[in-house]
Parts: sequence; structure tokens; C-alpha cells
Amino acid sequence: MNLLVQLAYLLGTALFVLSLHWMSDPKTARRGVFAGAIAMLVAILATWGEPDITRHLWIIIPIIPATVLGVWLSQVPLTAVPQRTALSHAFGGLAAGLVGTAKFFYWHSEPGTPHLTPFITFAILAEVILGFLTVTGSLIAAAKLQEVKWIPQRPWVYRGQNFVNLAALLLAVGLGLLLMWFPGGAWAPVLFLMVVFLALNFGWMLVMPIGGADMPTVISILNSYAGLAAVAMGFVLNNKLLITAGALDGSSGLILSIIMCKAMNRSFTNVLFGAFGQVQSTAVAGDQKIAKSETIEGAAQIMEQAGLVVIVPGYGMAVAQAQHRVRELYDQLTKRGVDVRFAIHPVAGRMPGHMNVLLAEAEIPYDKLMEMDEINPDLPQADVVLVIGANDVVNPAARTDESSPIYGMPIIDADKARSCFCIKRSMNPGFAGIENALYFADRTYMLFGDAKQVVGELVKQLSGQGGH
Amino acid sequence: MRRSEFARYWYTPFGLVCLDLCLARYAVADDATVAVPAAADTSSEFVSMLFVFLLASFIGIGVIRRVSRLLHTPLMSLTNAISAISVVGAILLAGGEHYPTSVRVMGAIALFASMTNIISGFLITDRMLKMFKTRDGGKA
Repeated sequence: MNLLVQLAYLLGTALFVLSLHWMSDPKTARRGVFAGAIAMLVAILATWGEPDITRHLWIIIPIIPATVLGVWLSQVPLTAVPQRTALSHAFGGLAAGLVGTAKFFYWHSEPGTPHLTPFITFAILAEVILGFLTVTGSLIAAAKLQEVKWIPQRPWVYRGQNFVNLAALLLAVGLGLLLMWFPGGAWAPVLFLMVVFLALNFGWMLVMPIGGADMPTVISILNSYAGLAAVAMGFVLNNKLLITAGALDGSSGLILSIIMCKAMNRSFTNVLFGAFGQVQSTAVAGDQKIAKSETIEGAAQIMEQAGLVVIVPGYGMAVAQAQHRVRELYDQLTKRGVDVRFAIHPVAGRMPGHMNVLLAEAEIPYDKLMEMDEINPDLPQADVVLVIGANDVVNPAARTDESSPIYGMPIIDADKARSCFCIKRSMNPGFAGIENALYFADRTYMLFGDAKQVVGELVKQLSGQGGH
Repeated sequence: MRRSEFARYWYTPFGLVCLDLCLARYAVADDATVAVPAAADTSSEFVSMLFVFLLASFIGIGVIRRVSRLLHTPLMSLTNAISAISVVGAILLAGGEHYPTSVRVMGAIALFASMTNIISGFLITDRMLKMFKTRDGGKA
């Protein structure tokens, strides 16, 4: 490791920090990506240039399929971005886990060397456990997000599940401690493989019981794990660039998961071990609850005469691919002088910030996308709130009904607006299986149908009236 | 940019650079004298690495907290690409002079995985960020 390589790593560290710093504003964010890519290039070339690296074919050959797959994965539709992200967490974990495993076996096979000190063994174990549990956990998360048939969307739970999970984790940690004391033992490889096996199992067992609505949190936590695995690898290889870059990723995942948890008024442990969404669908006294529906013409007329229209998008908008129709609606209303804004709940969608990206894709100016805390004080002045495919994030039961599973969760106060239209396919409860009190409120009108189709008809109605 | 803002934005990267410079020199000096560090050395190395980890985490938290909520999806794909820095470890294993084939194969698979993350991560982040525009059509 010569001075030049170290200095290159130093430059890489600085650029990575700057790269994230520039993400603070959409205006400078692309510069951030550029800085990050340069940093990565510098790190790769500096490492490749080390005198010890002589088998160049072994490096070039994996890069070729990686480039093809990487370019292909970067072109997925934006609705599939959560799956892609989960999949890449799995790849990150795999890389860390494999490097740790290879290092362990290599060092173990060199008798009499002091490489496997307790510190190093600890770092390798942390790397391998975090890495491999991220692999299977992320694969399950990606499968749930892709809505693969053989993975249930609903939480998968059984009696004593938390006990089994914890036991697996404790067993892995116990075996790890044993390894730390006797890293050079003849049976150390067997113990090591058992740790790997347990970590792989712990990953999927951890994610299986978590429902689709909690995916934003899960993805953030897995993001954090992938980063921490890279940190551990840095400790193993005595490489500070790995530590800094991994720590940046780890803290990003941590902050995002805290934001997600706060936005759902739940704790980490509750998300990971709570198995949300299994106990709901408590019987509803159905008779006095009647949701009113409204015709497209009526809704269009009210919106046309409104001063302020707030649109609340949710995952349903993404599923129906309705964002481009929403943009047309935005255009039609703005043309008539209506102030149109978007209220984005932190957990709307399947990953943090998902809605913003979809609406940006439809070329809606980002200064119209408001955070929940920003828009809530304005909602009583809003003439119309249009809820498109969102459910729990506008459910007033979170404010009023202490028995509701989402009680205490911060919500967008759609019920405080002068009128509220909800686009929904049917009256079935949403993902979490909770009845939405908003649908039965006095000022709420349902627009039944597919989000894309309903918004399209609204646009047609508005443009038709604009003609004469 | 106001002066106080300037200080707030730049002192963290600058401080890290200074610190890392010291540590880098220290590490270089160490490596030059002993090829295989003895156990006592590795533990002091370990502590210096803990320092780096701690400070980098604080910087990370400080920087990430200021990231606009608008950009949380691109942020995640960017940090994902950044954490694929494990490519460094993979290159060392796959291309190293003296490793047996089994180690090399694992290194090559790790290299494939992290390289995929690097390429798809940076490309998709840029693709998403290109879409963020203001009303007058100004690019993000």
C-alpha cells in the first residue's frame, strides 16, 4: 500500500462526502452523482494499479457482464425502482459476504500467521453476518415488492416466530464468539460455515413477516446493513476508504429508517418484530356507514371552480401508472388559474421519496411537491383534496380512534379540506387492511374506478369544457 | 452563500481530509517498516480505524440530514452505489498475485456484484435526478 494509493483513497473519501453534500438541493444533485462516480473511478484505478495486482483478466472478465447487467438495471421503469434498490442491496451484501469468507479461509489456511487476531475475526464475522443476512433479506424484500406469486404480500407469521429468529441470531453470535477465541482451530471452517448458514437464514426469516406497507422502512434498514458490511470489510482489510464510504451508506440508511418509523409512529423493533397488518380487519358495524360517490362531471366542475386543489398521491397511483394523466390534470387546472399542489406523505409508496420521483418523471415542477408538515396548515383552506391511490396516510382514524392500529401516525389532513374526492377501485380496505374513516366523512365523495382511467376522464371533461 | 453557511457546509469534509491525511501517513509509515503487523500493532490500527468510522458516521449523519426529502429515492440509490466501494476488496482478491483459485473465484463474483451496483447505481440516480425540474423548465 503506497502513499499514492492512500492519497487517492483520501481524495475518494472527500469526493464521497461532497457528493452527498450536493444531494441537499435538487439544483446541485447531479453534480453530486458526478463527484461520486469520479470518486469510485479513482478508488478502482488506484486499487487496480497496486503492484500486487497482476491477474488483470480476473478483473476484466467480471466487469463485462456487470456492465451489461448494470446498464440494464438502470433502465427499469420508475415504478420498479424499489425492487431494483432491494436487489442491489442484495448484491452489496453478497460482495461483502464473499470477500469476508474468502479472506477467512485464506488466512486460516496459512498456518502460524497472526492474521486472524480476535479483532480481525470479529470484523470478518460482522462483515459476513451483515453481508449474508442482507442478501437473503433483500431478495425477499425485492420479491415482495415485485409481487412475485410465491411470496405472500401479507406478513407471513407463525407462533413463536420471534423466538426462532432471535435464537438463530443468538446462535450465530455465540458461534462467532467461539471463533473469536479459537480462530485457528481445525474446526474453525465448519463453525464459520455454520455462521454463514445461520446469517443467510436469519435474513429471510426477518423479512418474511413484514408486510408490504412497511417496505420503506425495511429497505432503509437493509441499506444501512449493506453499508455496515462494507465498514466491517474496511476493518478486515485495514482500508479507510471502505470504512468512510460504508459509514456514509450506513448513516444514510439509519436516518431514512428513523424518518420512516417516525412517519408511521412506530419503533424499529415494532417494524421488525411486530408483524403489522395481521390483526386488523376488525368487524365494522357496516350499516350506518355509507360512502357517497360522485360523477366525473360533478367532480370536474367543483375542481374547475376551486382556488386551491391539493392532490394526495399514494402507491395506487404508481400501480395504475397514472402519473402522466395526473400531469395533464395539473396542466388543465393550472391553465384555469387553480393553484394545484401535491401533498407527499413520507411513507407514501414503497420506498422513501418514491412519489417525488414518479411525479418528477411526469414533469411536475418539484416546487409543487409539498411535505406533509408543509401542506397540513394549508389544507383547511383547500377547496378540493384529490386522493389518488393513497389510503392509510389520509385516514383520520390515526388522529381520533385510539383502537385503530395506526393511531398516532402523522397523516395528511385531507378530511379538513372543504371537499375531498377519493379515487379508488372498490371499497376494499387498503394494504394494511384498515377501514378508512375518511371515505365515510360528510365532505368526502368517492370516484370509483382505476386511477389512470378516472384521472383521464377528469382531464377529458375539463378540456372539453375548455373548448366552448 | 453566507459566511456562516459556508463554514457549516465545508468544515466537515475539510476536517475529515485533515484527519485522514494524518492517519494515512501513519498507516504508510507502519506498512513500510513491518510487512505483517504484530498483534499489538493491529490493535492500535483497529483503534485508529474506529476513530475513522466514528467520525465518518457523524459526518454522514450531518450531511444526510440536510438532504432534501424530495430526493430520498435518488439518495438511496446513490449511497447504494457508494457502498459498492467493496469493489476495492473484490479487486484485491480477484487480481492479487498469490491467491489460490478458490479465493480468486469468490473475489471475481464479489467484483461482479459490486460493479453491477456501481454502474446501475450511478446511472439510475442520474436518470432520476434529470427529471427534477422547476416550473420554468430549469433543469435540476
